[in-house]
Amino acid sequence: MQELDTAGLGSVRVTRQSDTVVILEKDLATEQMVLAMGPQHPSTHGVLKLECLTDGEVITQAEPYLGYLHRCFEKCCENVDYPAVVPYTDRLDYLAGMNSEFAYAITVEKLLDIEIPRRVEFIRVIVAELNRIASHLVAIGTYGIDLGAFTPFLFCFRDREIILGLLEWASGARMLYNYIWVGGLAYDVPADFLKRVKEFVDYFRPKTVELCELLTKNEIFVKRTLGIGIMPADVAINYGWSGPMLRGSGVKWDLRRNDPYSIYPELDFKVPVPDGKDSVIGDCLSRHLVRAWEMDESLKIIEQCIDKMPSAEGFNSRSAIPKRIRPKAGEVYGRAENPRGELGFYIESDGKSTKPLRCKARSSCFVNLSAMKDLSMGQLIPDLVAIIGSIDIVLGEVDR
Amino acid sequence: MEEGKVISQSLQESAAAYSIIHEKFGSAISALDANETMPFFEVIDTSQWTEIALFMRDHPKLKFNYMACLTGVDYPAEEKLGIICNFESLALFNHKLAVKVKCARDGGSIPSVACVWHTANWHEREAYDMFGMLFTGHPELKRILCPDDWVGYPLRKDYKVQDQYHGIKVPY
Amino acid sequence: MGLLDAGITKHNMLVTSVDNVLNWARLSSLWPMGFGLACCAIEMMATNASNYDLERFGIFPRSSPRQSDLMIVAGTVTMKMAERVVRLYEQMPEPRYVLSMGSCSNCGGPYWEHGYHVLKGVDRIIPVDVYVPGCPPRPESLIGGLMKIQELIRMEQIGISRADALKKLAEKSVDPRIIIERERTVVGA
Repeated sequence: MQELDTAGLGSVRVTRQSDTVVILEKDLATEQMVLAMGPQHPSTHGVLKLECLTDGEVITQAEPYLGYLHRCFEKCCENVDYPAVVPYTDRLDYLAGMNSEFAYAITVEKLLDIEIPRRVEFIRVIVAELNRIASHLVAIGTYGIDLGAFTPFLFCFRDREIILGLLEWASGARMLYNYIWVGGLAYDVPADFLKRVKEFVDYFRPKTVELCELLTKNEIFVKRTLGIGIMPADVAINYGWSGPMLRGSGVKWDLRRNDPYSIYPELDFKVPVPDGKDSVIGDCLSRHLVRAWEMDESLKIIEQCIDKMPSAEGFNSRSAIPKRIRPKAGEVYGRAENPRGELGFYIESDGKSTKPLRCKARSSCFVNLSAMKDLSMGQLIPDLVAIIGSIDIVLGEVDR
Repeated sequence: MEEGKVISQSLQESAAAYSIIHEKFGSAISALDANETMPFFEVIDTSQWTEIALFMRDHPKLKFNYMACLTGVDYPAEEKLGIICNFESLALFNHKLAVKVKCARDGGSIPSVACVWHTANWHEREAYDMFGMLFTGHPELKRILCPDDWVGYPLRKDYKVQDQYHGIKVPY
Repeated sequence: MGLLDAGITKHNMLVTSVDNVLNWARLSSLWPMGFGLACCAIEMMATNASNYDLERFGIFPRSSPRQSDLMIVAGTVTMKMAERVVRLYEQMPEPRYVLSMGSCSNCGGPYWEHGYHVLKGVDRIIPVDVYVPGCPPRPESLIGGLMKIQELIRMEQIGISRADALKKLAEKSVDPRIIIERERTVVGA
């Protein structure tokens, strides 16, 4: 399109006739408009409200308003015993219940300083990685919907149902499991569970390729995400980003590697970061790609765990669970790599009570979302949807 | 530290990082509480907190570039409120430190570090929302999770929930 | 009795009441508002997606309250959200139905005691027709709840109020406790 010199004309309305641009009107009166998006909006992934100041299609400022799902997690924790906090952690990040439980369990175990049977650790890693795949499937599927592709959503939910079926078989619930307890597991996995997981891994591996074909090779999808919402690595670190968001900006930081917990040091997996070939480092497409690659890595981890799994002979999943959890006085900050980043728990115990004195959840989405103002500055309104989708927020964790 | 106790590698590094801060600020900060689960020190002279924060972030041997968490805490016995910040140096060093800053329970204030780490911005708003301590120098200190016209600070130990909110009954 | 159950004769003519036709049309294209609040919203999405496929019942989520006849309150309603829920409800055209999905919107769920910011039951602010228990309810239970809404529509007549229709529905339906007790004795024996 031909360049047009509009200096000194103010805002103009133009039209295109064959190959020339004609100015229809000049010195148009413009005003900034406030556009409220949410709390009921199909692409805010829950009850987030964004108040955007727009100049035409361009967003000059977007201010997120949260708290529409503030469920008083921390107050509830202070009023129940340590084991009873586990169901509440499920409801933090309800797409990845196992991972949240895992983070809470290792934090309290750090405070209690107890030894966990090896088989428990392996089962925990398997269910957590399965849940990570399920969570990424929702993230990818709904991201497709946000950008106008409905098919990937159906594909993702089809495969997610299989994972939910497996986890339901082990724990008894589809979404909010209460399976990983402090010191152990609610139950051992059922007989043949590992065989079925192996079957799922074999089934799912080609499906990741299929998803790739559907989205990352889809021209519309790439056009809408490539180079949108770029976040440089140093700013991302200063904002406290973690998980796929931080790795999307090119920082190779994964708590499973860099602050290892459980049996992750024994496992062989890569920490995928974008190389800048397919995407601009730090843009929405990079973050999407990191999620897609992570599913492959999770499959690898699950396979290794199945191979190395200690036998179930004489195994009691509740053998290490303390009768009464009353940690010595002290504080602990423990964390684990959730599908959305670092989920940390700060727990303070007074040494006398069976209830935590203070239990704070450091939520990854909350921190990731705080960069929204910076990310959306000067973007177009449709790109705002692409940016929110790429942050992959779960409002249960943002508002707690 | 007790004698004969094996000190882990990460704790040693954290202690080394602490000694650099202690060298610079001396009596403004307390001694290091070198426990295994979360080594921390307390800022005694709270007016210097922003400077300490900047020093921790920018000193070439510290580089605490990543604020993992900021937690507000209520200490009713001491008549104080406080914050606990967990820092680490992402991808550069292995040391980790937590810092405690306390202020008076009624109308107390803590210098804001939102200008040092962006993470602190929303976390300080949350701490204000839940406990009611003020953060001087914060760009926009207002409630973040509860509605603006909510009464009281929910996570204080003596919090009593209001009966009605906009004509809706609040307790069960 | 539903319209299709009445059978269509080979002359392609059907004699029925206006109520039946209207009810049949409304219950076969029940459009809920795509309005997710919390965990239950994910189960609602799963119900809409491939495996459970709500569209086979003519149920298809709409983005705007002005186009929908059913509000599925899927998840925890907080104090901050309560007024928005009321406004969304008021934006929906009559006749409208409300399905409260999950324990949180039924009664506050796990947050009933210490959740200072949680509304203990969405029925405190808007009238609810059907409650679906569960935390979160399985897609099957949600579908069950939607079937209940369809039955309620079937009970409606021009000139009778919603309360009367609900009464008629209650008279027609079987008390689940009897069935549960019967199952229990069978299992026990």
